[in-house]
Amino acid sequence: MSNNEQHSKPLLRVQELRTWFYTFGGLVKAVDGVSFDLAPGEIMGLVGESGGGKSMIGFSIMGLIDPPGRIEGGRIEFNGKNIAGLSEDEMRVIRGKEIAMIFQDPMTALNPLYTIGNQIEETLALHTALSARERRAKAIEMLHKVGIPQPEQRLSHYPHQFSGGMRQRVVIAIAMIAKPRLLIADEPTTALDVTIQAQLLRLMRQQVVENGTSMILITHDLAAVSQMADTIVVLYCGRIVEKGPAEDIIARPRHPYTRGLIDSIPHETAENDGPKQRLSQIPGNVPDIRKLPPGCAFAPRCSRASERCRMQDPVLMEHNAIAMGSGKLRPHAVACHHPLAVSP
Amino acid sequence: MFGYMIKRLIQMVIVLWAVSVLVFVMMSFTGDPTFMMVPLDATDEQIAQARRILGLDESHLVQYWRFLSNIAQGDFGRSFVFRQPAMTLILERLPATLEIVFLAMVMALLVAIPLGVYAGANPKKPASRAVMAGSLIGISLPGFWLGMVLIFVVAVKLQWLPSSGRGPTTEWLGMRVSFTSWEGFRHLILPAITLSVGTLAILMRIIRAEMVEVMKQDYIKFARAKGAPAKVILFKHGLKNALIPLVTVFGLMLGDLIAFATLTETIFAWPGIGKLLVDSIYRGDRPVIVVYLMFVALMFVVVNFIVDVCYALIDPRIKIK
Ligand SMILES: Nc1ncnc2c1ncn2[C@@H]1O[C@H](COP(=O)(O)OP(=O)(O)OP(=O)(O)O)[C@@H](O)[C@H]1O
Ligand SMILES: [Mg+2]
Repeated sequence: MSNNEQHSKPLLRVQELRTWFYTFGGLVKAVDGVSFDLAPGEIMGLVGESGGGKSMIGFSIMGLIDPPGRIEGGRIEFNGKNIAGLSEDEMRVIRGKEIAMIFQDPMTALNPLYTIGNQIEETLALHTALSARERRAKAIEMLHKVGIPQPEQRLSHYPHQFSGGMRQRVVIAIAMIAKPRLLIADEPTTALDVTIQAQLLRLMRQQVVENGTSMILITHDLAAVSQMADTIVVLYCGRIVEKGPAEDIIARPRHPYTRGLIDSIPHETAENDGPKQRLSQIPGNVPDIRKLPPGCAFAPRCSRASERCRMQDPVLMEHNAIAMGSGKLRPHAVACHHPLAVSP
Repeated sequence: MFGYMIKRLIQMVIVLWAVSVLVFVMMSFTGDPTFMMVPLDATDEQIAQARRILGLDESHLVQYWRFLSNIAQGDFGRSFVFRQPAMTLILERLPATLEIVFLAMVMALLVAIPLGVYAGANPKKPASRAVMAGSLIGISLPGFWLGMVLIFVVAVKLQWLPSSGRGPTTEWLGMRVSFTSWEGFRHLILPAITLSVGTLAILMRIIRAEMVEVMKQDYIKFARAKGAPAKVILFKHGLKNALIPLVTVFGLMLGDLIAFATLTETIFAWPGIGKLLVDSIYRGDRPVIVVYLMFVALMFVVVNFIVDVCYALIDPRIKIK
């Protein structure tokens, strides 16, 4: 309802976020100068290879970075207020109610000693004045929505009585039950098989649209994100290498890394008999984040890299792009000295 | 559950039988109680008569058989000293021991749990380090020394609390207990503190170590992500997951404490089974020692059983079988 009025004002504005870990092995700049905006009701895909810092962006927003890590700098404006560096007590009222997070690993996110009914209702007990009976009714409804059969009976079961896929649904239900304004979904489906993946993503999208929730969908699977997200942010070694409207990024990637990610999406139409055959792989490995090379972190793996790339850090520069769905002008930015040409 | 009970019962019988053998062997080859029973100037004939009355003139095998069949019928014999059934003696003294042991345990838990949880959740804070250092002192303090210091300082110098004896007792559930009256409770405090310090320190270190591990788990972070306050995170999500090792050690120490409250009871002249044991050993009062040992063995079996039940109550993944 009020979504439309506020559409110009972002719900979440992350500016120059730096989250660093001080480890024995050296300084890990897990997130290093990341900025993005998220409008109400918008779905943003956050992609990149393992270790790129995707989860740490999510945890930074939640205020859940623990030593040896800390938010070294930058702002996280939620609804106009900087929430970076709020105390645990101040964050507590935001967590779960305003901003919720679906954790990456469903096998470990649930407490083994409490029934899932208890764990789902806990969120409601913390943030609403609902009675026990109302909470139970809501929990049953939510479990039903995420596709758990016989939710009434399942409420009294323990996590170990659920399969991985079922647990992930429970985690999703817990995160969504208080109808947060921002949902951070950290690889909500990677632990599951493909058919369940699609089904759960569809379900989450539907919930997000119904409640006007904004969502950050973290994944290293560009295929999943291309169907869901309005915008995509591509992360490499803690930095944004490219961001822009989803269709635009998929259709016209400017950064060689993004191109590489897209090319490694398995194509089911390929003549190869295996449906999951990867077309190509980005050569090399993600570098040790503690010993990044000078210049562009992707240069050692990039076929287009020049001497300049190895010396000078490319900055994120905006180009204008038209988001196909809305016809609105949305920025498409890339951090590359030699971006790929835009082929119309 | 039924199969489990049967298994436990069989186990109990086996343990008790093994203890009966051990006890009998120990008794038969250490000392002869006859000389405690007869006057110093007894004639050979009087000694032989005493041996006959005590049944010591027969072969060990026959003695053991008699011993075992008596036990099986619940007859542990009469104390040589008190001329009363040994079982009655133990049962009479038991409430006194249980009283200080339970008070000591409650005190240990009440202090160890909050401190251990705090130190485990904030392992780097100076207060946690201080608590840990304190626990090391607690573990290394000899109980008898602590008891004597307490008597000297609190009872003799400050005269705050009585230093020995049980004080007035009242009848409670058919037992004579001290804790029901204020004066009686005052008598309980020093022995209970003395008994609890070592246990407290060990329990606290276990809770701390376990909490340090538990707090790293994903479900703790997920609970924080729900917006749960520190109290809920530490005690609902954290502590319960740290309880299994605590229960294990608690069980072992409870048995230990009941069995070996001996020193504390001796220092504080506390008329419990520990003191009775010491007195009986001095006097070679065999039947009492036998009952005591059998009783301790039985208690370990029972505590073990309770611990198993607690496991199943705490963790739904553990099934009693
Ligand atoms: N507690 C920690 N101590 C040191 N380094 C850490 C810690 N937690 C995370 N990191 C580092 O931060 C970087 C980013 O981690 P993050 O979990 O955000 O990656 P990710 O993009 O979510 O990867 P994945 O796809 O595997 O989940 C990694 O290089 C990781 O080694
Ligand atoms: Mg991650």
